[in-house]
Amino acid sequence: MKRLSVPILLVILLSILMGLSYFEVIDLYIQTIILFMGINIITSTSLNLVNGNMGEFSCGHAGFIAVGAYVSSILSVALFTKSKVFGAPLLPPELAAYGFPFVLIVGGIASALTGLLIAIPSFRTRDDYLAIITIAANYIIITAIINIDKIGGARGFMGMKRVIFAMEKCAEIPWMILWVFLFTVLTVIIIRRYMTSTYGKGVEAIRQDEISAEIMGVNTNRIKLVTFMISSGLAGIAGGLYAHTVGYVNPKSFDLLKSTEALVMVYLGGMGSITGSILSAVIFTLMLELLRPLQIIKWVAIPLLLIIIMQFRPEGIMGHRELSDIFPKLKKFYKFK
Amino acid sequence: MSLLEVDNLTQLFSGLCAVSELKLALEERELVGLIGPNGAGKTTVFNIVSGFYQPTHGEIRFQGRNLAGLKPHQVSALGITRTFQNIRLWKEMSVLDNILVAQHYHLGYGLGGLFFRTPRYLKREKDIRIRAFELLEIFKIDQFADEKPTNLPYGMQRKVEIVRALSSGPKLLLLDEPAAGLQATDVSELITLIQWVFDQFDLSIWMIEHQMKVVMSLCSQISVIDFGKLIASGTPEEIQNNPEVIKAYLGDDQL
Repeated sequence: MKRLSVPILLVILLSILMGLSYFEVIDLYIQTIILFMGINIITSTSLNLVNGNMGEFSCGHAGFIAVGAYVSSILSVALFTKSKVFGAPLLPPELAAYGFPFVLIVGGIASALTGLLIAIPSFRTRDDYLAIITIAANYIIITAIINIDKIGGARGFMGMKRVIFAMEKCAEIPWMILWVFLFTVLTVIIIRRYMTSTYGKGVEAIRQDEISAEIMGVNTNRIKLVTFMISSGLAGIAGGLYAHTVGYVNPKSFDLLKSTEALVMVYLGGMGSITGSILSAVIFTLMLELLRPLQIIKWVAIPLLLIIIMQFRPEGIMGHRELSDIFPKLKKFYKFK
Repeated sequence: MSLLEVDNLTQLFSGLCAVSELKLALEERELVGLIGPNGAGKTTVFNIVSGFYQPTHGEIRFQGRNLAGLKPHQVSALGITRTFQNIRLWKEMSVLDNILVAQHYHLGYGLGGLFFRTPRYLKREKDIRIRAFELLEIFKIDQFADEKPTNLPYGMQRKVEIVRALSSGPKLLLLDEPAAGLQATDVSELITLIQWVFDQFDLSIWMIEHQMKVVMSLCSQISVIDFGKLIASGTPEEIQNNPEVIKAYLGDDQL
């Protein structure tokens, strides 16, 4: 029972979400907010791996989201739909529903490789330098996309809605809810497994004392690269999901503001805490929507809130603790591995 | 062949000569000391041996293998581990996790195994956990397995650091001032502990220590360095009566 409680809970949650969307109890607006919650959970937990667990300061998470979004969008549009840029679909559109997860994963891999490319030079330096390099990388990626006219340049790239329609030909269900849910769960499992293994605990050792980690036999360079690649790869998957949720990507939506949003979520939720990142992603998404009537003042209210939190709880909501550390009794009811 | 041979070791820090043409050898199953006044270059020697600095000149051979160009984690994988003068445990990890992570190089599974929880991964994780618990038990600190090191008394933290250094099964253990900051009662306990480690484990110990009581009662051989140069080496009795040493280190006081 203990072993099954989390999967059962997840299946129930997924069926409720799918059911509510299928019977149109919740409208598209609320569905989109739910989708954004999932995407933001992936974004914040993956950034948390580098900024919270490893103690480095990566500021260019949106760059990796952009790579994943573009690679998977281009791939899915080229493979499954008829488009002006790529012509006839390369594969029968009926395969869209099955091919989509692979497309997402390819986007993730592309992001991870970009992450590797950036990590190799930047991990020779430390602390502030990594922040500067990742900001630069974010701009390089955005500028590169703007200058590739074939994929829309500054106008953006669209056509992903047709991929969703192609999926719906296969079965008339809210596909995006399913995919976002599955990949969110997968991300949390990946990060959780990584951080609970002895290999992953080397990441914590690096944050706490890098020199003693290296001397005690932790291959710090390698583990930093691997962690950065996992983080950027998962960000790429978030990007792919984002692109297909919105149905349209624009380089502007992956600029430094998006990276800042990711940072805000990590620091709000508490560094190094998976449950904290999940919680803050949900709160942050809701807050963005609830404060929408304030329009531009929203971007005064949210930073203000962040300042207040940093004043009274500088370690974030959870701060290097998981939910099970705060409520130890929870451990009786589940076993999550 | 000696276990560790230090040959003509020289370390310059932008002109400052921290270690100069040092020549030393350590045999297997030996407990030896390295002493010298403050700033003599003792810790620098340890930092070079553990791979943290690359020496300007000279060579270090461990079991006949040249350590030049090896990263610290590779040196530790070969079987040289150390403790630090100012305890450098990972402070926010439990004592058990500290011991586990120190076996990082010997995990024996890849990332694929980790994410898919393959039988090999599960077995290896279990093995290193069992080994860590065995170590904690024989050092009688298993009741602190889930404590953070910072919650332990200073002497206990020293002990944990020694256990951490032992967990990867080293051939050579470097102790950098193990008695620094300990109270007199803890010091005698530490002497017993180090002697016990030396008797129980198949390794050599090389220690830097300021407290004469510790070095004189433990080490069979002692090397003395001053300004990076070796000025004397021999048994504790010889060192105590060596006029060079008395001049450089002990002053005019008799031991």
